[in-house]
Formats: sequence, C-alpha cells, structure tokens
Amino acid sequence: MTQTTFTPTTEDELSDIIASAIGPFDIVGGGTRHTPAGHQRLSTAGLSGVRLYEPGALTLVAGAGTTMAEINALLADNGQRLPFEPMDHRAVLGTTGEPTLGGMIALNHCGPRRVQAGSARDMLLGLRFVDGSGRIVKNGGRVMKNVTGYDIARLHCGARGKLGVMTEISLKVLPLPERTATMALAEPSPIAAVAGLSKALGSPFEVNGAAWHQGRILLRVEGFNDSVSYRADQLAGLLPGLTLVDENPWDDLRDARFAATTDRDIWRVSLRASNGAKAAERLMGMGVDVTLDWGGALLWASTDNGFDLRSALGGLHGHATRLRGAGDAPALEPAADGVAQLTTALQKAYDPRGLFNG
Amino acid sequence: MDMPIPSAEILSRRADHIAALKSVVPADRVIEDVIGLRAYECDALTAYRCTPLAVVLPCNTEEVAAVLKLCHDRGIPVVPRGAGTSLAGGSLPTADAVVVGVARLTDVLEVDYDDRIMRIQTGRTNLSVTAAIEEDGWFYAPDPSSQLACAISGNIGMNSGGAHCLKYGVTVNNLLGLRMVLMDGTIIDLGGAHMDAGDIDLLPVVCGAEGQLGIVTEATLRILPKPEGARPVMVAFGSSAVAGACVSDTIQAGIVPVAIEFMDRPCIEACEAFAKAGYPDCEALLIIEVEGSDREIDHQLALIREIAERHNPDEIRESRSADESARIWLGRKSAFGAMGQINDYMCLDGTIPVSELPYVLERIGELSKEYGLGVANVFHAGDGNMHPLILFDANKPGDLERCEAMGADILRLCIEVGGCLTGEHGVGIEKRDLMHAQFNAQDLEAQMIVKDVFDPKWLLNAAKVFPLDASEARRA
Repeated sequence: MTQTTFTPTTEDELSDIIASAIGPFDIVGGGTRHTPAGHQRLSTAGLSGVRLYEPGALTLVAGAGTTMAEINALLADNGQRLPFEPMDHRAVLGTTGEPTLGGMIALNHCGPRRVQAGSARDMLLGLRFVDGSGRIVKNGGRVMKNVTGYDIARLHCGARGKLGVMTEISLKVLPLPERTATMALAEPSPIAAVAGLSKALGSPFEVNGAAWHQGRILLRVEGFNDSVSYRADQLAGLLPGLTLVDENPWDDLRDARFAATTDRDIWRVSLRASNGAKAAERLMGMGVDVTLDWGGALLWASTDNGFDLRSALGGLHGHATRLRGAGDAPALEPAADGVAQLTTALQKAYDPRGLFNG
Repeated sequence: MDMPIPSAEILSRRADHIAALKSVVPADRVIEDVIGLRAYECDALTAYRCTPLAVVLPCNTEEVAAVLKLCHDRGIPVVPRGAGTSLAGGSLPTADAVVVGVARLTDVLEVDYDDRIMRIQTGRTNLSVTAAIEEDGWFYAPDPSSQLACAISGNIGMNSGGAHCLKYGVTVNNLLGLRMVLMDGTIIDLGGAHMDAGDIDLLPVVCGAEGQLGIVTEATLRILPKPEGARPVMVAFGSSAVAGACVSDTIQAGIVPVAIEFMDRPCIEACEAFAKAGYPDCEALLIIEVEGSDREIDHQLALIREIAERHNPDEIRESRSADESARIWLGRKSAFGAMGQINDYMCLDGTIPVSELPYVLERIGELSKEYGLGVANVFHAGDGNMHPLILFDANKPGDLERCEAMGADILRLCIEVGGCLTGEHGVGIEKRDLMHAQFNAQDLEAQMIVKDVFDPKWLLNAAKVFPLDASEARRA
C-alpha cells in the first residue's frame, strides 16, 4: 500500500495539513533514523534551506528539512562546524537517505565531544514549529543568551517529533580547530580505563574525546597547533604509555559503526561515568560487547537479540535506548510515574489528537 | 506596575492559614510578624514592594512539599524565593501569597570529581558552590555578577549566565539533574548524574521558567577542572562601531575567548573616577580574556593583538601578570558600583546578534538624546548580551517613568534587530508586558500550555513572565 505523502513548503501549508488531518502522521526528514509506522507521511523536505548564516556571530538558521550534508559543507567552507558531532545512523540502521537538521534535533544527538561541547540541545538557540492543533509557534531566537519566556525550543530536543513538526532551527556553531590529535593506551579493564579517563577529563587540558574501545583508552585534544602538542605531552605525563596515534576513531565511535556489521541488538546507555565502568564489567561477563564513550558516561552495548539490557544493568543506568533490534522491553527508557504523568499531559496539550505519536 | 488584586477571602482568613502552615511544618519555619515580613516585600527590583501573607523557610524537600500541598488545597498563591537578588521582580510577592524561600537549604550533598558532578541544595549561593570545590582545583562555570549573593535556585529559575558563558554556557548547559516540588506537593526528579534524557526531557523547560513550574530544592551540577591560568588583554578604540567589528573578527578567527567585555565612554569615565584603574581615555574599550597555560595564553593574545591592530586601536594593553590582570578587570568589576555612585540607574538586559552591535549602540545614543537621559553601556560583547544603564534621578518627578519608557524603546530595538528582551535577568514583572512585542498570541499560548500542565490552578508565581491580559483567563 502506498501512503499519502504531504510535502508542505510553508508553515501555513503545514498548519492547514495538520489542522485538517483525520489520522496520525509519520514525520519524515531524511528517513535515516527511524522506521515509519506506516501512517500518512509528513515530509519536511519542502521546509529546507539555509536562511541565515553569520560566521562572525557563530549563528546558523536553516529549515528543518535541510540536509546535514548541506550544512556541514557550508560550515566547513567557513572554517566552522557543529561541535557536538551529530550521529549519522545510516551505517548502524542500514538506512539510506540524507540526515536532516530536524531529525538531529528530534533525537538530540551528540557524539564523543559531548563531554566538552554538549549535545544538540546545548547549541540550540531557537525554533519554529507547528503543533498538533496547527498552531504556528516560534520560541527562542538567534542570539546566544535568551531567557525571554519559557524555553520550549529545548523541549523538542529528544522529543522525537511528539510535540510538533519543526520548521526552522537556529543553532550556535563553533570554529574548526587548527589541529586534532588522538592518543591511545592499551587497557583491558573497563574499571582501570574509566579511572584513566576520569584523570584526563579532570585535568585542565581540555580533553574533548574520552573513550574506551576494543581494549584501548582513546583521548582527543583539539585547538591551536602548539596548544595541542603541549596538552598531548601533559596528558602523556598523567597517563604513562599514552601515545599519539595517526588515526581517527571518533567518526566510527560517533556513529557506532563498530556495531554495524553484526545483526545483534544495539543499545545506547547514558549513565554516571563510574557506573559506566561497573556496568561494562558486569555486561562483559554476560557476553555483551561493550564500548564506552564520554569518559564512561555513555555505554554502547551489542547484545543477543531480545536481550533485556535494562534488567542486566540492575539500576546502574540513567537511561537506555534500544537503537536496533526488537524485544519485549520498550525501546525507550520508561519515565518514573510523576515525570511520565507530566510528559503525557504535555504531549496531549501540544498534540490533543495524537497525530504525532507514531 | 499592575499586579492582580489580592483575594479578599484569603486575606480575611490569614490567621487560619498561618495556623495551618504551622501544623504542617515546625512553627519556627513560618514568619508572620510585620517586621519579619518586611525583608520579603521585594527583591533587587526595589521600585516595587508588597508585604506577603506569610513567609515559610523550610528545612528540607518534604517540608516544601507539605507547604505547597497545603497552599494548593486552600487555593493560596505561592511565590518562590532564592536569595532575592532578581533584577526583574521574580520574587515580588502579592498580599495574598505565601513566600516559600529556600534560604535554609544550603548543604552540599555530594561531590564526585571522578564523575565531574556535584549535588547541592539550591539555597546555596553561586559563589559558595565553587568555594566548596576550588581548593581541589574545580569550579562551577556559570558566574552571574551577583554570584556572591544569588542562590542556585534563582540561577535555575532565570537560567543565569555570567561573564564566562561565551566559553562555558549558561545554567541550562551546566545542570544535569534536579529535584523539585510541584504545586500540588508531588516531588519529582529530573535527570541525574548522567547526561541528557531517554525521551522528552523536561529539565530544560524547568530551567528558566522563573519558578512557575515548581520549587527546585536540589540540583546536580556539572563541575569543571580549573584552567591552568587566565589573562586578559584590554584594547581601546576610537569608536564603538570599530570595537564591535573587532569582536566579530576575533570570534571568526577561531579564537573562543572565555570572556569579551565591552565598555563605552560614559562607563569608562565613571569607572575611572570610582576605581582609578588607569583606563585609557577612549570611546570604547574591550577586555578579552583567554585561558590555558602561559604559552597558550601568549599565543592567543598574540592572535588577538594581530586582529585588533587591523582596526587601528588607540591602545593595546596585554596583561603579563596576575597583578596586571587585576588592574584590567578592576574598572569593569566596579562598573555597576561606580554608576550607582553617580546616579540612579536602570539596568537593561536585551540581547542582540553581535553583528548588530554598531547599529544598536548608535540608536541607543540617539534615544539617549531624545529622552534627555544619559546611558552607559557595559556588557558581554561576545554573546551580544547588552547591559545599557539608563541614568535617572529617582527624586525628580517623572524621571523614573521616562527612564522606563526609554528602556522599553531600547528593548523593542533589540527585538527589531533579531534579538530578545532578556539575556540573563529574566522577565519577571519588569518585562512582562513587553512580551507582546516579542511573541504573538500563539507563541505565548504554547508557553502557557506548559504551566497548565505543571500548575493547573496557576498558583505558583503566576503574575510573572506572561502579560497579565494574556494569562488572565487562566489565573481566574
């Protein structure tokens, strides 16, 4: 069966489509991040294009359907980037298409540089969206500091489109560094590895990548040439044996490509850094493949199909998401009662007819 | 400034309500005498005052919950209060409201350097958060100017920034989790010692909601290792426009200083007279601070010098020692005190795109002439957060009103160029009625929906943030 696809090119058109809708939608950007539920499709492809880019003010405003490829190319031409390293899901989910800005915000993505540069949420300056009643809303703006009214823009970060369809997004961008250096140190134990990562992240040397992958501690520093050499030396002093390596493991870590070649379930777990070490040790004993990022605060697990990772973690985690695979356990972390009530009520307030639930 | 008419019914039952408060928390938590209540009649926006029905200072989260539940059940409005340093009237009470203050919740609950987090009670002052960890080489990054006095609860309420947020972000970027009490007494936890949320994340909307969604009693903060060192450079220019262009070029060159501060001639002169920091005689001045090891600082300062020289500065003064750094910062840090000594002033907080700086400064100069009121500009230039200080004489009839009218014009100007009403102080009552200039009815509705969910009866700090005409139907 072919689904109807709506491709509005203006907010007014989008508002009309939503207001007159009789059934739920699948909101689709590039279609790289989730499997549509089979509803009528609402594509953001017509809401694309860079609207404003001021490198001297570190500000970018673009339509939600703008591809990441277009944005990354434009920024690179001007010696800038999105510092939080948004994940590209195509390898791990086997999807095609082009990731979009809207999808990136909807999943609040962030890569290894999360430890320093934050997530998409931290760089979001403002948003325009249409809610489930067809209401066209703007929130935030294009300036760095803004506490004018409630920050409902950031509510959309990680909300997976459940509160509305984003149309335009403003972001803070940052300069590209002059140099990036990666260092490695063999360390088979996750407990010792996280202790080492904590030492590095607790130093003043501005580490912005701190992972444990395939038995190695991996660290990254970036900045001006001289600065990078200096910090690399200082870190080697803190962690004897740490050496510069001529490789870039960070894009693979960002996209969890190390898990792409298997057909195992993939989980992404956010937890307290020291719990990351404990959880890694426990899970490895259960035959789970584990990689740690964010100094231990992000755990990637590849498990047997249907494995209930949350039970196995025994309360060590903050939240766990099953990125790939199926099973009885829900893919997203269930919220505690009081919080779940608020979240459900909020969803209902923005989307009274449940158009965006799928 | 209009405030809702207090409920005669609540006022008439005051004694009964106070007795009920004392039945749910120990009596020494409740302040009811006229003298004691006077301390709570206003915050740092002292132009507006009102004595509240009563004040409660609970000693733990459960006591906060008991008080809120009681007020909720009795339909009594509640005004939350941190340290009372709001410049926007965020904790201005109404006569029928119970003020619930977190001043007694000041404990450090946990510090973990390995996990780079700290858990505190939110009545603790901003500076004393860093004070608890700085001997070990750590700090909490957001540093509002009022950091000696302001409480973390208020920082969360207003999503406070500070001079160093160009590099480190504002409160929302450094807040990992919180425990809060909803108006009906429900206690919830958002986030924790881990990062982000697995689904819809309510934490970033609570941060900056000006105490309208709940009372935050505990917070988990991201803490950072202190940099090896920091040193500023001061650059003097013949015009504000050129100084603005230098800011933009610096940022574009790939340098992200930890702070870029701007002062114009009226401000420089006042600071000179007050603090005698030895500032140059110039139209505009930038203080740019960078961090790192000595060598890293030297390198960045050399780059900044190179950029500044392209703009023909009057003078460049690079700090080479802690003593020189202190002298460069001395004038800037005493700016507000210096202005306060020569005049009454109103401090605005609009934010603009950095590229609009020259135009906005020129327009502010024109408005200053039109209104016949002096303006001094001192602000965080790197992020466009303006702080024009409008000088007036509180004893001169009509001066305050003219000053407020001019302030409103400046804030409309900020919006017109793509900026916003407030960058870090919050809306409170001060900018409440200007919200119509920035948001249309749909935008405001989409925000008020959130309050409907957290506080359906609109009892918590309800007369703030939203224009009274916009929120009237809900508050009724």
